[in-house]
Amino acid sequence: MLRYLAGRLLRAILTIFLVIAFVFFVLHLSGDPAMMILSADAPPEAIKAFREAWGLDRPVWEQFLAYLFHALQGDFGNSMRDGRPAMQLVLERVPSTLAITVPAFALKLLIGIPAGIYAALHRNSLADRLTMMISVAGFTVPSFVLALVLVLVFSVQLGWLPSAGSDKPTSAILPIVTLGVAGAAILARFTRSAMLEVLGQPYIRAASAKGLQWRKVVVEHALPNAAIPTTTIVGFMVGTLIAGAVVVESVFAWPGIGRLLVSAVSNRDLAVVQAILLLVATTMVTANIIVDFVYGWLDPRLRRGGTRGR
Amino acid sequence: MRALHGIDLEVRRGEALGLVGESGCGKSVTWLAALGLLGSRARVGGAVRLEGRDLVGTPVAELERVRGRHIAMIFQDPSSSLNPVHRIGRQLGEALKLHRGLDGGAAEAEARRLLDRVHIADAQRRLGDYPHELSGGMNQRVMIAMALAGQPDLLVADEPTTALDATVQAQILELLGEIRRDSGMALVLISHDLGVVAENTDRVCVMYAGRIVEDAPIDTVFEAPAHPYTKGLLAALPELDGARRVLTPIAGVVPEPWNLPKGCSFAPRCDRRVDACEAAPPLPTLREADHRVACIRA
Amino acid sequence: MTALLEVSNLSRVYEVRRGAWPFGRQATLHAVDGVSFELPAGRTLGLVGESGCGKTTTAKLVLGLVPVTGGEVRIGGESLPAAGTPSWRALRRRMQMVYQDPLGALDRRLSVGRQVMEPLAIHDIGKPAERLDKALAMLDAVGLAQHHFDRFPHELSGGQRQRIVLARALMLDPQLLVCDEPISALDVSIQAQVVNLLLALQQKLGLAYLFISHDLRMVRQVSHEVAVMYLGRIVEQGDPDRLFATPAHPYTQALVSAIPTHARAKRQRVVLPGEPPNPVDRPAGCAFHPRCRHATTRCRVEAPALRILADGRRAACHNAEQIA
Repeated sequence: MLRYLAGRLLRAILTIFLVIAFVFFVLHLSGDPAMMILSADAPPEAIKAFREAWGLDRPVWEQFLAYLFHALQGDFGNSMRDGRPAMQLVLERVPSTLAITVPAFALKLLIGIPAGIYAALHRNSLADRLTMMISVAGFTVPSFVLALVLVLVFSVQLGWLPSAGSDKPTSAILPIVTLGVAGAAILARFTRSAMLEVLGQPYIRAASAKGLQWRKVVVEHALPNAAIPTTTIVGFMVGTLIAGAVVVESVFAWPGIGRLLVSAVSNRDLAVVQAILLLVATTMVTANIIVDFVYGWLDPRLRRGGTRGR
Repeated sequence: MRALHGIDLEVRRGEALGLVGESGCGKSVTWLAALGLLGSRARVGGAVRLEGRDLVGTPVAELERVRGRHIAMIFQDPSSSLNPVHRIGRQLGEALKLHRGLDGGAAEAEARRLLDRVHIADAQRRLGDYPHELSGGMNQRVMIAMALAGQPDLLVADEPTTALDATVQAQILELLGEIRRDSGMALVLISHDLGVVAENTDRVCVMYAGRIVEDAPIDTVFEAPAHPYTKGLLAALPELDGARRVLTPIAGVVPEPWNLPKGCSFAPRCDRRVDACEAAPPLPTLREADHRVACIRA
Repeated sequence: MTALLEVSNLSRVYEVRRGAWPFGRQATLHAVDGVSFELPAGRTLGLVGESGCGKTTTAKLVLGLVPVTGGEVRIGGESLPAAGTPSWRALRRRMQMVYQDPLGALDRRLSVGRQVMEPLAIHDIGKPAERLDKALAMLDAVGLAQHHFDRFPHELSGGQRQRIVLARALMLDPQLLVCDEPISALDVSIQAQVVNLLLALQQKLGLAYLFISHDLRMVRQVSHEVAVMYLGRIVEQGDPDRLFATPAHPYTQALVSAIPTHARAKRQRVVLPGEPPNPVDRPAGCAFHPRCRHATTRCRVEAPALRILADGRRAACHNAEQIA
């Protein structure tokens, strides 16, 4: 077990390192922060001084090594804009983002999974077709369009909810719904097809032939098996808790990580962008590890894979 | 699409009946239909009487009490007929709770006894195994143990050995015979293999395209088959001993279920066909007290 | 005269992991372990045994689809070149394979005719018109009509698909067909059609077949010689009639007696205890001894060699004479 964990961890670290490296080089080769921060008509001396101050005059690989060296000590650089530590700036925004992504995640699970199961159990019924139609709409309509529609209806027309900002407790509702609906649609579809696949398996018929009530066949035999493929997509959704709301946060002017990322990118605030992407990569990788363990827990075939079966 | 065209079949208490036919002839569907296992899109007509009680059209709750307890089934692919995520012990326990109301220690003791009954060595350890940790033959033994949990009057074995190797097939058939002798349970053995049926049943129904074409004691079928399809099947099978002879295949292919000929379904492939065969499907008629044939030329 | 196909001391070893991934240790699986046989032109060798006995691996080794670990395959006296080389490709034209599942072996998107002509196109043989003529002639030879040319695999029955696979395999005028369970997926009434076709083609074209099947009756029907495999080795080999009538090896005896037939209902059957062991756990001595009711101390320690018995057949059993 220890060896397995160690291997997993090593792969995770390698993944994160590759993300850091890739982002670092892309960012450093794609534009000059000095121009953005100081504006293009700043005196050449000021630009030169800025570059020296941030180490931008040194070769890229040297900058990268320095960044790595400091990052290993927990120093992820400072924001070029207001000089505060980049990671601190980012972490401050985390609660705000989680305040909409976590409820949205719950919404996805609570709507998507039951809807998918129901649709599968009543295949080709009116309810199934309706669910699938809504689901197709749910993930073909881009989230900013959905957001704008919701704003139009609930803020502009009905005036029930604020259209943007974060000052009122009700401000979170529209962002949460926007995120949740799209995710629920995807999840419903996945759950439905996983369930249909399982319901066609011989052991389902065998369980019925045994005399088990249909309800028990579904709960005890179909659901545990359908949970296995569904885990993949749920795990992916966990991975997007930090950075899955970029568009929605921008539309609703929600002060989360997503908006910070957008402004940091347009300002070439390198350290902040790096810090965000590092955080995103870490969440993704962690979510993946969790999914792997959940797989092992759900599926005994993976738990004790042997040489059985040729 | 119509899969069955009026199946008349009787299984007596303790009898072993064989059901033989090629893929798509309806030999499995017959039993799934009888137990209401075909799903909501299938329409089943006629009557299925179990000790005088009609099962067709009865509420599902009632059928659930018949399944497993009066009529148990085992299937072709044992390894995928067991739920891959539950331990053997749990799946056996489920049947024992359902049919015998056993729980906890009593259920475990009985599960162990059942595994012993189907000759699985080291039953205690096997209860904690998952289906993928057992071979196909072992899984079929578990399926049989699970069927025995309900102490059924009739076991329907749907191609129980088709997915298994020859020597394992022999073991499973031996086991089924042994259990039947001990328990007096009736057996319906569904197979495409006349040999399998011959060794293990007393009477056989030969099915073709959704109908029973011949129904006779096993010796009659081999020694004096009456239907041209039964004759054709026997002529197409090589022997393992004696002089080798050229096989006589049945010409043509089985008709599609949605495209059956108007008259006898076998007529297009039959070498004894006459015009009258194409008029209407032949009715089963008694040749002898225990020998029924659906052929006007037999 | 040298045989068309000579296989000597053929072996194939796989490294596998025993147990769950992080803990398991490497183990060696002898899928095929020192198999030798000869197949003369125009003859049929039947290869029988249960799943995992190595018969399919043997087929793949013969065609060079799987590299050998040891031993040699010779075709018409020439050693089989490494797979993928031009000389192997040239030799492969002379040996074709027929699989169990004809639908899987065919391309669903291509018409029957295109698929039958394909081997000629791949090897760049003949002009398009000649290819067409040959394909039509071949469809006729396997008992299909001209109108099947434009059909697609899913529009045909299982037996017809297997005929197409055969027609395609025969387009390059091979001398050897390796048939791996060619009739197992077919209905009983269709099996005889395909078997009769195989026999007729052999008569007409002088083909040699390596015929792999678990169906002993069909194997006897088509074979001039039969080899029985158990855990990667040939345990008995000889004339089919004699071998199945009076099997010498205890495993062959069990295999023969396991076949359900109407005639046997009255006879006592040898039911083997247990199941074929995992090839990774090949028992010491004679691999069959744990399931053999005739096993002696010698069987537990010394693996029997395949040796010629008095009646000319070969068997790998220390006690073949005593138990016959």
